[in-house]
Amino acid sequence: MSILIDKNTKVLCQGFTGSQGTLHSEQAIAYGTQMVGGITPGKGGTKHLGLPVFNTMSEAVEETQATVSIIYVPAAFCKDSILEAADSGIELIICITEGIPTLDMLEVKESLDSREIRLIGPNCPGVITPGECKIGIMPGDIHLPGKVGVVSRSGTLTYEAVKQTTDKGYGQSTCVGIGGDPIPGSHFIDILGLFEADPRTEAIVMVGEIGGTAEEEAAEFIKSSVTKPVVSYIAGVTAPAGKRMGHAGAIIAGGKGTASEKFAALESAGVKTVESLAQIGDALAEITGWS
Amino acid sequence: MNIHEYQAKQLFAEYGLPVSVGHAVKSADEAVAAAKKIGGDRWVIKVQVHAGGRGKAGGVKLIDSDDEIRAFADNWLGKRMVTIQTDADGQPVNTLYVESCTDIADELYLGAVIDRGSRRVVFMASTEGGVEIEKVAEETPEKILRAVIDPAVGAQPYQGRELAFKLGLKGDQVKQFTQLFLNLSRLFHELDCGLVEINPLVITAEGNIHCLDAKLSIDSNALYRQQKLLEMADPSQEDSREAEAAKFGLNYVALDGNIGCLVNGAGLAMGTMDLVKLEGGFPANFLDVGGSANREAVAEAFRIILSDSNVKAVLVNIFGGIVSCAVIAEGIIAAVEDASVEVPVIVRFEGNSAEKGSKILQENKLNIISATSLKDAAEKAVAASGGAS
Repeated sequence: MSILIDKNTKVLCQGFTGSQGTLHSEQAIAYGTQMVGGITPGKGGTKHLGLPVFNTMSEAVEETQATVSIIYVPAAFCKDSILEAADSGIELIICITEGIPTLDMLEVKESLDSREIRLIGPNCPGVITPGECKIGIMPGDIHLPGKVGVVSRSGTLTYEAVKQTTDKGYGQSTCVGIGGDPIPGSHFIDILGLFEADPRTEAIVMVGEIGGTAEEEAAEFIKSSVTKPVVSYIAGVTAPAGKRMGHAGAIIAGGKGTASEKFAALESAGVKTVESLAQIGDALAEITGWS
Repeated sequence: MNIHEYQAKQLFAEYGLPVSVGHAVKSADEAVAAAKKIGGDRWVIKVQVHAGGRGKAGGVKLIDSDDEIRAFADNWLGKRMVTIQTDADGQPVNTLYVESCTDIADELYLGAVIDRGSRRVVFMASTEGGVEIEKVAEETPEKILRAVIDPAVGAQPYQGRELAFKLGLKGDQVKQFTQLFLNLSRLFHELDCGLVEINPLVITAEGNIHCLDAKLSIDSNALYRQQKLLEMADPSQEDSREAEAAKFGLNYVALDGNIGCLVNGAGLAMGTMDLVKLEGGFPANFLDVGGSANREAVAEAFRIILSDSNVKAVLVNIFGGIVSCAVIAEGIIAAVEDASVEVPVIVRFEGNSAEKGSKILQENKLNIISATSLKDAAEKAVAASGGAS
């Protein structure tokens, strides 16, 4: 078991024939992901990377029975692409693109919530179930099939957490990048709930950062609904207030959203927090008793 | 992206919001001419910088003679203004705004933000206008009134009326406020705002609702479809290194430490700063070279980091996902050779082509210190910068 995706997951790519879509679809196929085609309006009926190209998502889903779509289209077109995917009968949408206007995401999220379609991202590395299915831009070779669920707002910090759990030999059940935007499709609590219910996941690593209150909400959720051990690191203790730290969502606004508030909330929920991102693996060993 | 008050008021006027007659000026002569054009014998003159707290810093003044206008202009134009919201250097003053004078009976607050938690545009109103709203929210949260906008239907008149009655407005003021609320919501959505603030929103001596100040912040992600707003950008109000970095697709934020940081990924860049601090050092900057960094971008990143004379060491921390460490290594070599880098450079490579990258660096006998792990890298950087505090 794993969460969200596994070796049987059939995946479509929106923005398939573009440079990003092509590069990462090639890598996904090489990893063993069941890519079943892609969508580029106007190129329907042709082939790309040996797979069929469709004009529309609904046609593609009908033909391929895919359940997941990965989006690499430019930010200006993402609202359209996400809503097209949502209307096509797909179950899970993963959007990698960075830079989508916040008001677009507000409308998208509202629309998706009304019909219970899950969106991961945007502005994220994607989702990987090691050894089975890689959907996104993460380097596949640092992962190891295993027992730690990883969820993070940051791409490269996910890789750090993954590497440390791989080096320890624990491996990962599934790694989910929920993205660095202020209005993400999925929050920590959505993914924590899935990890709690997943028999393969024995412990969870949660990597947060400054801005917003997603970590505080996660702390509440962990207190009430998560029995598995959780290790957490929050980036941005040294970040100045009022400055956007790369990610659109990483900003301390009006004195709120600081790393220390988030650390405190998580600690009071019984989460093992680490001040240094280099200690994630060691902290896991400590709280699980794993050698 | 932020814009000046006078630009925000221009937009307010286009959306039918009540603002004073005013002119933006860049010299004392222009300021005097603007006052004449407005007419009357009393005006308000305001410094235009991208920061709040101007009033307390002496940047807003009631004036009733040409001499006073000239004195104010001479005092401020070409200088820098330091307020509670700026850093110690302050913001350059290039523009003043001359406005007709408004007699104030009462001061209110009206603002709108995108609330991340509820995923809604939320309006906030308060009878406590003219003061710091964060303070009001902290000390007397019951004095902040809220209206939540449903994204499916937009702002509704009843929400404006509800706020108006709770603010204690009467008669025609309720109508005026409701219209203002609806117009402001339209502006917020059509202009892709992240924040709008009218502080204070005043009731004039005649009993009318009037926008005395205007603050507007636009979602940078939406600038591609807000061409008119893009033209309102004032680069002089931004940190020159941050602006320079943005041109190369780099995210840079200046800090006041002495260890320059060059990292891929926003989260890891923050994590690296935190590590430096944890080891007793002080990060000089946040810098994310991005997921598709090339040789030129890395060289540029070095140039920007080293333009800060406080920097005593540079810590390069790369976890190669899409980015190849070999490409970064070539960029570092190019930068170190070109810019005659005199400070020690500590490099930690992980992930994509990490070994190849390290080998490229070793072969080039430059002043580069290799690190074997995250912690090792931070320790070495702190030592190279002169040791832990």
